[in-house]
Amino acid sequence: MSRTILAVDDSISIRQMVALALSRGGYQVVSAQDGNDGLAKARATRADMVITDLNMPGMNGIALIREIRKLPAYTGVPIIFLTTESDAALKAEAKAAGATGWIVKPFEGEQLLAAVRKVIGA
Amino acid sequence: MSTPTPAETFLQEAQELLESLEHSLLELEEQPGNSELIDAAFRALHTIKGSGAMFGFEAVAAFTHHVESAFDRVRQGKLAVEGRLIALALAARDLIRRMIEEPGPEDEALAVPILEGLRALLAEQADAAPETLGANPPRTNPEALPIAALGWRIRMRLARDAMQMGTNPLLLLDELRGLGTAEVMAHVDDVPALEELDPAACHVFWTVVLKTSLPRGAIEDVFLFVIDDMRLDVEPLLPAAEAATAQATQLAPPAVSSQVLEQSGAEQPEAAGTMKPTTAAPAAPGERAGRRAVDHSPGERAGRRAADSVRVPAERLDDLMDRVGELVIAQSRLSQVAAASTDAQVKSIAEDIERLALELRDSTMGVRTVPIGSLFGRFRRLVHDLSAQLGKEIALVTVGEDTELDKTVVEKLNDPLIHLLRNSIDHGLEQPDGRAAAGKPSCGRITLTARHAGAEVLLSIADDGRGLDRERIRARAEERGLVQPGEILRDSELFAVIFQPGFSTAREVTSLSGRGVGMDVVKQAIEALRGKIEISSVQGAGTELTLRLPLTLAIIDGLLVRVGNGRYVLPLSSVEECVELCAGQDARSRGRNFLNIRGDLVPFLRLRALFSATTPPDTYQKVVVVSAGKRRIGLVVDQVIGNHQTVIKSLSVLHETAKMFSGATILGDGAVALILDVAQLVEFGQTSDQEFRQAS
Repeated sequence: MSRTILAVDDSISIRQMVALALSRGGYQVVSAQDGNDGLAKARATRADMVITDLNMPGMNGIALIREIRKLPAYTGVPIIFLTTESDAALKAEAKAAGATGWIVKPFEGEQLLAAVRKVIGA
Repeated sequence: MSTPTPAETFLQEAQELLESLEHSLLELEEQPGNSELIDAAFRALHTIKGSGAMFGFEAVAAFTHHVESAFDRVRQGKLAVEGRLIALALAARDLIRRMIEEPGPEDEALAVPILEGLRALLAEQADAAPETLGANPPRTNPEALPIAALGWRIRMRLARDAMQMGTNPLLLLDELRGLGTAEVMAHVDDVPALEELDPAACHVFWTVVLKTSLPRGAIEDVFLFVIDDMRLDVEPLLPAAEAATAQATQLAPPAVSSQVLEQSGAEQPEAAGTMKPTTAAPAAPGERAGRRAVDHSPGERAGRRAADSVRVPAERLDDLMDRVGELVIAQSRLSQVAAASTDAQVKSIAEDIERLALELRDSTMGVRTVPIGSLFGRFRRLVHDLSAQLGKEIALVTVGEDTELDKTVVEKLNDPLIHLLRNSIDHGLEQPDGRAAAGKPSCGRITLTARHAGAEVLLSIADDGRGLDRERIRARAEERGLVQPGEILRDSELFAVIFQPGFSTAREVTSLSGRGVGMDVVKQAIEALRGKIEISSVQGAGTELTLRLPLTLAIIDGLLVRVGNGRYVLPLSSVEECVELCAGQDARSRGRNFLNIRGDLVPFLRLRALFSATTPPDTYQKVVVVSAGKRRIGLVVDQVIGNHQTVIKSLSVLHETAKMFSGATILGDGAVALILDVAQLVEFGQTSDQEFRQAS
């Protein structure tokens, strides 16, 4: 059974790009457009991994990570966030919220897949 | 294809974002303090930057970054919203649109005034610092492998909650395996006991020996996401040749300077366990040397003593022994606490401490012991002088000079032994003509023997002289009222009277002995050392005096027993066995306290009665059979608690008359337990045995 990844981003182009790269890598993708949508979809599907942007309207990425980590089903599920800056404070904040790793934008499909494989395996 | 490509989607999205940006900016002009509008503008810029970079619009991303940075400052309250900022942002918006829709070479020039305007605004802020476009985190310079190095030794210990946070250690290990030939060792030392185990936490840590030509950076990349929250040591592996050199240096005798050892230690690649090689390597030879000093055989020790020894005041050794004694007590308390604990770590540490404390005790006792040979040496001169003075030919034979004994004991043995030796030479050995008449060689022989027997040292002085004169001793004893006429006595009992004060059978008083001052003093001195003295003699063939001495005065292995509410310690060396006193046997033995142990009748003492215990007795009474010399008795106790490292504290002068006890000790829980004087109890038991025999 192929694994499901929940991708949360307010930018439709990024969502699309992420979805395309992941499905090429053989993963099922569930997309969400912001934190609230992401949390609702996290509850509805049991994703094997979550990829989320940090800057989003409504519930931002940090709050989303924190909420997802509170869900019992998501203990130990890798959460990766997308960031444009290598801002150490922001990274630390996201990690403190429960994130597993990060990807620095801009990235290409292959880089995204490499990061995904790093945390959930091939 | 009906669905647009992400790049096409981006163009569409960017237009929407730019419109929303324009809208936000215009609204902001009306309400400069509206944080929602500021956020919206920032987010629009942020997305344009991020997505732009993703879909090939690097110039857009680079330019937008500066505008975004300005709005980030606004968001943080570090830059005020004002007309100039709005104007610049609107101009930037227009430029971005132009750069996306119809990019041209003049874009860069158009960007300059906007960027300068923003920079000027930012510069007005005192704390404004120029920002650079986000780059990859500065990483430690990828260190090139030392020439000819084999790879890396990686020690990784993840954060406890790493797995809850989605990190899978297996994947990290797999990734390392992918870099070369990896040998993974898991360390489970920190895994707690089952009842305290948090199954979601990461308790295991790993050592990976990775044979690879990749640089350190490649290893650190594996741990990219977790490197800030974990302990990661990456050390180069050295080729075998260098490793061999390092090990050879390590095995070299301790004469090698410590500096050399430290250097080799730093390069030493295969240090065991998780110890840092830099500390492990210099420690190892030292440890070995230390053990050698304690463990080598007595003969070797005698040979080396002259070469390397340190003179230490005896009182310092006594201090050390005191401290070790306290340590042993503290350690047994720790063991009790650990036994009650469920914490595997505490238990394991307690076991280590126990082993170390006992080793330290043995080593310290080893430091305090000296071979008895030093004492024997002094007697050669004495024998030589006496031989000339008395006109007797005497050969002194010594056996077991290597036998080691507590230094204090050895010192205190000097005077009693001189006394005994003089007695043997003066009374025991005949004059040469007397010996010839008895058919013995004219040269009399005195044999000094020392040997270990359990926790005791047996020291004997034997002569091949005339032996003790039973009849004369008996006559003298009756004369002095020490023995009743007609009383039947065994040899050992009769000979014991010569230890009575003022007892002498010497026909004439010589300058050496015969004044009757001596044997009682000798006996007292030996008893003060918790030793015993026994005589055996065969008339005409010689006399042998045997001293039984404890190895040390400070610590004994004891058996802890309970009688009523009190706890008592029996020296384990005198305990022969523990048996249960069956209720039936107990009832039958009423009045005559004997125990049938494999056919032997052994008298026993009821310690409950002796110590006037008032609590109800335990249902199953136990008998501890103890022996003193060749005699043994049983001691009935309520409970046998177990082994106890007993540090002997002497009783105060006020308790000197308490004959049943030889001292006291502090138990693990801080309570005081009295140490039973087995010799006294055996004597007491045998006396009651005799009384019983006589009465029946």
